[in-house]
Amino acid sequence: MATTEERIDTTSLTELLQRVEALEDAQHGKVQTKNKMTIIAWGGDLDRIWPTTILATTAAASGMEASVFFTFWGLFALVKPGVRITGENWMQKMMSVMNAGSAEKAKLSRYHFAGAGPAMFKKLANDHQVATPEELIATAQELGVRLIPCQMTMDLLGLTRQDLLDGLEEPIGAATAIAEMRDAAVSLFI
Amino acid sequence: MNVITATVDAKGQSCPGPLVSLAKALKTAKIGDLLELLATDPGSKSDVPSWAEISGNELLESTEAAGVFRYVVRKVV
Repeated sequence: MATTEERIDTTSLTELLQRVEALEDAQHGKVQTKNKMTIIAWGGDLDRIWPTTILATTAAASGMEASVFFTFWGLFALVKPGVRITGENWMQKMMSVMNAGSAEKAKLSRYHFAGAGPAMFKKLANDHQVATPEELIATAQELGVRLIPCQMTMDLLGLTRQDLLDGLEEPIGAATAIAEMRDAAVSLFI
Repeated sequence: MNVITATVDAKGQSCPGPLVSLAKALKTAKIGDLLELLATDPGSKSDVPSWAEISGNELLESTEAAGVFRYVVRKVV
């Protein structure tokens, strides 16, 4: 019976090494994803901020790494509840008046009815013991969800770090947001 | 014998309440501890097994009596 040494001929060994090298090269180009969820919170509507905060807290509660990047209308959810008029020029100020900050001021995308819709929604949520988005934001922070404001939106709206909730991550740009999504097994745009 | 170390009463809470309460209780628990979760949210029937799968913790029991769902979970991670 032939021994192992006799069966391996050098040609096939070289070929095997080449294949291993090719596989290694291909592997280097691949992005390794983590057990992580990243949400791009673009919408500021109550019916967007709510699922965003539910999913983020649930991911963290399930032991996943979780981060939420708040951009455009989504950033308003991170404004401190007491902060009224923000911005430096009249356009930014007008925008802040039309779009009151904080998650508790978020409007419904449909059936808003001058605030009656959200009031009913929150009444129902209270009856069914569903946490509100503002409560979920606090829970998210408690569970270690990284809440990241978009620097560009802050500049555009004239929002400063003082206008935003405490305990947020440093503001970032689009490339860093993409880097966040790139290594996340789950990434969503809400 | 397996002894329940803590009971998380999440009766009445809706999604994601029961899981958030469970996760908070698990934070202070030790590896190997058994936790009991009580919930009335019917969604927990699918959510607790999913949570166990994602988090890597072990779901040992899943029962229902008089509208209350009872889960026993072992902290693995």
